[in-house]
Amino acid sequence: MELFKNTNYDFLAKKWPFIIASLVLTVAGLGSIAAKGGLKFGIDFKGGALMSVKFAGPPPIDKIRSAMSAIKGETSVNEFTGGGSSNEVEIGTELLEETQLNANRQAMEDVLSKTFGQPGSGKLDFNNTSKQTLLERLRDPLARAGVAMSEQQLKQLASDLVDYRDKNQSGLATDFNQLASAPGVNAGIITTLQQECYLAPYHIEQVQMVGPKVGAELRNKAVLATLYALAGMLAYIAFRFEWIYGLGAVIACFHDTIITIGLFSLFNKEISMTVIAALLTLVGYSMNDTIVIFDRIRENLKISRREPLEAVMNRAVNQTLSRTIMTSGLTFLTAIALLIFGGPVLHGFSFALVCGIIVGTYSSVFVASPIVLFWHNYADARKKTAPVIAAAPRTEPARKSATKVVK
Amino acid sequence: MKKNLTARTVIIVVTILVCIYGIIGIPTSKAELVQHFQQNIRLGLDLKGGSHLVLQVQIQDAVKADADQTIDRVKEDLKKQNVQWSSMERNDPTQISDADKVEISVKGVPSQQSSAFRNVIAEKYPTYILTSVNSTDYSMKLKPSDLNDLKSDTVKRAIDTISNRINQLGLAESAVQQYGRSGADYEILVQLPGVDDPARVKELIGTAAVLEITDVKDGPFGSKEQGLSQHGGVLPVNTKLVRMQPRGGAEGEQWYLVGRSPVITGREMRNARPGQDEYRKWETNFSLSQDGGKRFGRYTESNIGNKLAVVLDDKIVSVATIQSKIEDSGRITGLGTEDESVDLSRYLRSGSLPAGIKYMEERSVGPSLGADSIHEGIMAGIAGLVAVVFVMLVYYKRSGVNAVLALILNTVVLLAAISYLQAVLTLPGIAGVILTIGMAVDSNVLIFERIREELRAGKQVVAAVEAGFGKAWWTIVDTHVTTVVSCAFLFLFGEGPVKGFAVTLVIGLVANVFTAVFVSKTIFAYELSGRRQMEALSI
Repeated sequence: MELFKNTNYDFLAKKWPFIIASLVLTVAGLGSIAAKGGLKFGIDFKGGALMSVKFAGPPPIDKIRSAMSAIKGETSVNEFTGGGSSNEVEIGTELLEETQLNANRQAMEDVLSKTFGQPGSGKLDFNNTSKQTLLERLRDPLARAGVAMSEQQLKQLASDLVDYRDKNQSGLATDFNQLASAPGVNAGIITTLQQECYLAPYHIEQVQMVGPKVGAELRNKAVLATLYALAGMLAYIAFRFEWIYGLGAVIACFHDTIITIGLFSLFNKEISMTVIAALLTLVGYSMNDTIVIFDRIRENLKISRREPLEAVMNRAVNQTLSRTIMTSGLTFLTAIALLIFGGPVLHGFSFALVCGIIVGTYSSVFVASPIVLFWHNYADARKKTAPVIAAAPRTEPARKSATKVVK
Repeated sequence: MKKNLTARTVIIVVTILVCIYGIIGIPTSKAELVQHFQQNIRLGLDLKGGSHLVLQVQIQDAVKADADQTIDRVKEDLKKQNVQWSSMERNDPTQISDADKVEISVKGVPSQQSSAFRNVIAEKYPTYILTSVNSTDYSMKLKPSDLNDLKSDTVKRAIDTISNRINQLGLAESAVQQYGRSGADYEILVQLPGVDDPARVKELIGTAAVLEITDVKDGPFGSKEQGLSQHGGVLPVNTKLVRMQPRGGAEGEQWYLVGRSPVITGREMRNARPGQDEYRKWETNFSLSQDGGKRFGRYTESNIGNKLAVVLDDKIVSVATIQSKIEDSGRITGLGTEDESVDLSRYLRSGSLPAGIKYMEERSVGPSLGADSIHEGIMAGIAGLVAVVFVMLVYYKRSGVNAVLALILNTVVLLAAISYLQAVLTLPGIAGVILTIGMAVDSNVLIFERIREELRAGKQVVAAVEAGFGKAWWTIVDTHVTTVVSCAFLFLFGEGPVKGFAVTLVIGLVANVFTAVFVSKTIFAYELSGRRQMEALSI
């Protein structure tokens, strides 16, 4: 099977609509960022506390929201939507100072337990306990219930119960009888568990707390590292091709990154550390794509020196078209699979990849190549006018005549 | 060509064997295979669950402690030389950034004794710079180079203390290391796989915090206010009110007035053990460093009958009366229970952090979320890969098999490299793997499209394959080197996750050049060998 055999589209003649589209997207993205007062950073970059909580049923968002308003400072409650597991809620609070780290975690846990748990019952919440606490809690009651166990066996039991909850019940048991198939569990143990513990309808899956100083530092470092990486790539391409090719490729990558970040702002998505990893990935893809086309342009230039650059570029894009469609199509397939099946943790990552692959593929043809073309046309025009200036140096200022020719 | 082909095959087979050994070792059963795999491919905390803490060492505490000790020693030396002074104090900056501003001000040295004073300082305290404020007053500050030594030493000792403490827990794979820029951030990263309850971990690290033994000036009082009013609302110079940590049954608050500069700090504590005395009453035996022992000896000798307090993290854990001169080893007697004695010796033994700590970052991922995200990530990866394999096979037919083999081999080499380099696979690392797979697919597509072009141009099969590989080679080199260059910068300037991304990507790219070019070309060579005039290639 072969698609796109010996195609001969005049890509570069259609550059203007695409360049305008690019500019519109860039401006829309930047406009959205400006209108919303900056990017929406995840707690990795702005500091804050974030708790991911999984509920047994559809989470009562309003109830959580009103309960959380008891905590000082700005709080946010968002239900996770799209892809993978559901019934997950992310609760965030501000952290103005490092010293709040502990207090905020405790406050969030307390509010959850007060609203959805049974803190007054004197029982232990099995869904949010650690192995150690469970062990302490069960030791005496089990002995009283006549279940004879050594300390070692008890430790193993507590560990098995918690592991079973996490691995087989996704961290959330809804009925003690579900635990009956955990290793080493018998009817006596289940009865004791029922007496000593209760099952809250939620499970805290993840807690992240980043002090504001660390957040700002992480952000600066990530941005700096990316800028240095782009400069490094510019230098290498300039060395292998010409400096303008390096500049074209880097501007194209910048363009992809800005548009993707703009889309994050438009869709109100958070920029987290994993999104940064995705942005780095898409810079890699875009750069790869651009170099493949540049490489072909260089090869074609060696064979046909007399042909105008625009024709050479067009031919290079057409020759690599089949490869571009195949590679971008396949990577796009993978990114879509990640977006659909990847679950909440990978959501921001795959969203950035899906956007980035589309933008990155077309920027090689419609951003990077035109930049090289514009520069060469401009340089050629200047060269052509140069002898004229030499012959009649006093008739007209050199600059003016040069710009005239370009027009 | 034939000989060349054999050599290539040997290289490939050896590489595959070495890689597979790196990933699963030599398993004898299915259970062992799984176990080896899990041992060799280590997952990061974000994938397997665990706690991650970043704490900042308050190095200004250490600088202040050094100044306090210096004050004590200078006073003694000046007494010996009969040099007089009216006051000697240090300032009390509280921010890390102000650590450089800690200084000792010495006031009221008679001007006729100034040369004697200067001599004492110059001879015995070469780490300090002495500047005169006026004819009788001076200020002393640590030299910048010694200050830097003290700072980095403080961070190192804090790391040692915390890792000792955590090691006592017997947690496998825990790691305590310096974080951020060395010499500027004073941060420590603590990683505890499998611990999703950081409160407990913090309690453990917390008990390793600042330990001091100070002299008790007055007390106990029932409340802080009572203690204050006993002294007319103003505390005497260089003292503070500290609360006794309640133990067991609550018997109300107890506050003591203690000296602000400790007699001994946890730095000088060498060891401590619980024990029983001749009347089978519980006690705690401890031993001190030589230097600390000398100072403790001098102090206890002149303070028999007075009280000492063991202060941990600004809370008193024990108060004892000095019964005799104690030099490098002593005991604290009259403890109520075995628990009390065990706890006290643990407090003393844990040494102490050379400075206070502040938590900057805390993350805990429950194992259930880790398990879910691995599961979903793997599902997504498999779905993506199946789609890629399907399209490659349909589009490139027999040659597609080539690409799929190269892709599988690439993954194997990548996993093996992670195992051999003892790297940790994290979520951003997986991002690197995804880009690697993308570029691996791209390399194959580039080569195949080039071969097709050459075939269309009318070349013979063998010549077309040769030309296809040859022409695609430089494109592959350029794309790969560019990405490696960018990875080098990401690794140098990036932090944590960005670094993980760069490392896996570089490994993947190197593996890719090997599999997509070397291995794939060898498979083509096998297909073509012996059939010099092959008419059609399934591509």
